[in-house]
Amino acid sequence: MDLFFQQLVNGLSLGSLYGLIAVGYTVVYGIVQLINFAHGEVFMIGAFGAFTTWLAIGQPQEWSWPMAIFVMLPLMVLGGMIAAVGIALVMERFAYRPLRGAPRLAPLISAIGVSIALQEAVRLGYGLIPGFPSAKSAIPFPHVTGITGETVNLGALSVQKSAVFTIGALVVCTIFLGWFVNKTKMGRAMKATSQDPDTARLMGINVDRVIMVAFAVGAALAAVAGVAHGLRYNNIDFKMGFLSGLKAFAAAVLGGIGNINGAVVGGLVLGMVEVFATTYIPGQFGSSAWKDVWAFILLILVLVFRPQGLLGARVVDRA
Amino acid sequence: MDRRTFILAGASLAAAALTVTACGTRTESGGAGSGGSGGGATKTAKIGVIAPLSGDLSAMGLGIRNSVELAIRQANESNAIPGWKLEMAAEDDQAAPDTGRNAATKLGGDTSVVAVVGPLNSSVGQALQPVLSGAGIALISPANTNPTLTKGADLANPKRTYENYFRTCTTDDVQGPFAAKYLLDTGVKEVATIHDKKAYGQGLVNAFTEYFTANGGTISAAETINPEDKDFSAVISKVQGGNPKAVYYGGEYPVAGPMSQQMKGAGLNVPLMGGDGIYDGKFIELAGPNSTGDLATSVGAPVDTLDSAKAFVDAYKAAGFSDGYSAYGAYAYDAANAIIDALKKSLADANDVASARKATIEEIGKVSFSGATGDVAFDEFGDSKARVLTAYKVEGGKWTPAKTEDFK
Repeated sequence: MDLFFQQLVNGLSLGSLYGLIAVGYTVVYGIVQLINFAHGEVFMIGAFGAFTTWLAIGQPQEWSWPMAIFVMLPLMVLGGMIAAVGIALVMERFAYRPLRGAPRLAPLISAIGVSIALQEAVRLGYGLIPGFPSAKSAIPFPHVTGITGETVNLGALSVQKSAVFTIGALVVCTIFLGWFVNKTKMGRAMKATSQDPDTARLMGINVDRVIMVAFAVGAALAAVAGVAHGLRYNNIDFKMGFLSGLKAFAAAVLGGIGNINGAVVGGLVLGMVEVFATTYIPGQFGSSAWKDVWAFILLILVLVFRPQGLLGARVVDRA
Repeated sequence: MDRRTFILAGASLAAAALTVTACGTRTESGGAGSGGSGGGATKTAKIGVIAPLSGDLSAMGLGIRNSVELAIRQANESNAIPGWKLEMAAEDDQAAPDTGRNAATKLGGDTSVVAVVGPLNSSVGQALQPVLSGAGIALISPANTNPTLTKGADLANPKRTYENYFRTCTTDDVQGPFAAKYLLDTGVKEVATIHDKKAYGQGLVNAFTEYFTANGGTISAAETINPEDKDFSAVISKVQGGNPKAVYYGGEYPVAGPMSQQMKGAGLNVPLMGGDGIYDGKFIELAGPNSTGDLATSVGAPVDTLDSAKAFVDAYKAAGFSDGYSAYGAYAYDAANAIIDALKKSLADANDVASARKATIEEIGKVSFSGATGDVAFDEFGDSKARVLTAYKVEGGKWTPAKTEDFK
């Protein structure tokens, strides 16, 4: 039973990471019907932004835990957000907006191009900046005293503090997003635009701005995920966005793309499936190497029997 | 206007290319100038390098490239092959067999390439063998430890497949048992194994398991992971249930480092042990401070304690490379020197490089000298005759040698 609860915690924390990234896919898709395949790279840039902030505040190694958690970590999250949101807005302005009237395939290909370009730019360019380490191989993430490598023991369970951070971040971000979308003027404008951009425009909504906000919100959450990834795995690298982005995209589809709560649920389900398949499927099929197979088989099953995803609503063709 | 811009761009590109080449050869031509002492046109032979110069494993790959460059510089300075000047042609294989095959095709087509040092990964080595064999170019790997590369797929009936393939390191069928013996000797009887399903990791774990169980140990869990994975929490929790006293991992440091860190984070406070693939400073960097007590085996005796290696280490430091020599630098240096040694005979009467390729392969089979890692000589399969191995332990943020043995 201990193993079950231990794995539940593992699955929750892994799923939270997927969920945080998946929200970015969903928010953008909900509004512009674009699958932003470069979103995984936004997540990666967020992590590098946080790392850069740490370099900029003088690479503090041994700050006491209150300073590390309440000053250094928020600064790093903020730095990551600025980098990620900046990149997302530039991307939206130059790679997607010019293609807004074009057939759906065009922005999709543009997204893949942006994804590869950003990866290579970080791989080749990051180390060229004086004082920055080369990003050609993994870079150790800053040590945040009080979180990195520490665990909380709850009876027989051991929970890494980085997992607590990840799960906590998902909870906070989901609550904030729920409030933002349902209670603010901009949030309602987003909802209106996602239902029908033309009518929304006629009602005086600045659709361009709404789209920019959607990209920015997704990027900010991806940056939080980037920091969570760094804390969890102790290192970041230029291609970390690819696989995580793919998994998060699967999570968004699983939950029902376009639905924010769906993205969170999809992320958690995917994390759980990966972990429990490793533990409870017997024989070699239960080895960790097969976990992606099970996760994607589940995705296919959901799409066959419930094409709108777990929480998605059936799409009604626009007249 | 357009045309002018075009020409300008072309000219600046050409200028840039010239500057780059000038930088690359500056030290070498300086060395040759002082050693050549005037007179006679010198011919050029190139020693190729194929190694991961970028990506996760670049720390090891760059160590290999720099060490070969060092050997070539020294050969040019001492005018080791009269009438000839050596150059290096380094290609990045990104640790991928396909990229490696392209690199080998490129070097094979270059008529001034006489032999190649590399690659790092056994899977890449497998891809290079037929290409370079077809071109008649010798390949000496400083790091391929998979036994099938020399002895063929059927290890019970060993048969040499490629006449042009040699290696300066020992193989996994020696390294795995050595690790098992080390653990048993220190009183560890229950071990969980994890590998990444690549040729190297799987071979290592199989050899380890065989020796470990045959000599009284038990394997509490045998797991596999994907080399791209970042999250090992599930697999660690599963392994933890069997209460192993150590975890033996078959794979390389980009995965092993984070795995060690997550193991300790999850409360599995036992050493992670691996082969030469995790014996790199990067492992400790990625694993963090909790990696103290982790173990690795590597081929040969510890480079910085060997008298024979001191000259190499000092020369490497003096050469001012920005990256360390890593796990295979000394082996790459010995590989390059084995080639240079063979070239002394094969190039002596040759008019051009291409015609000397076959003779070079034959001469490499006969070399015998004292290198940085010990005696360098090859057996009938192309394997190194030396079977010295060392176990290392992480202590105080560094790999420190724990035990060196000539393993039979």
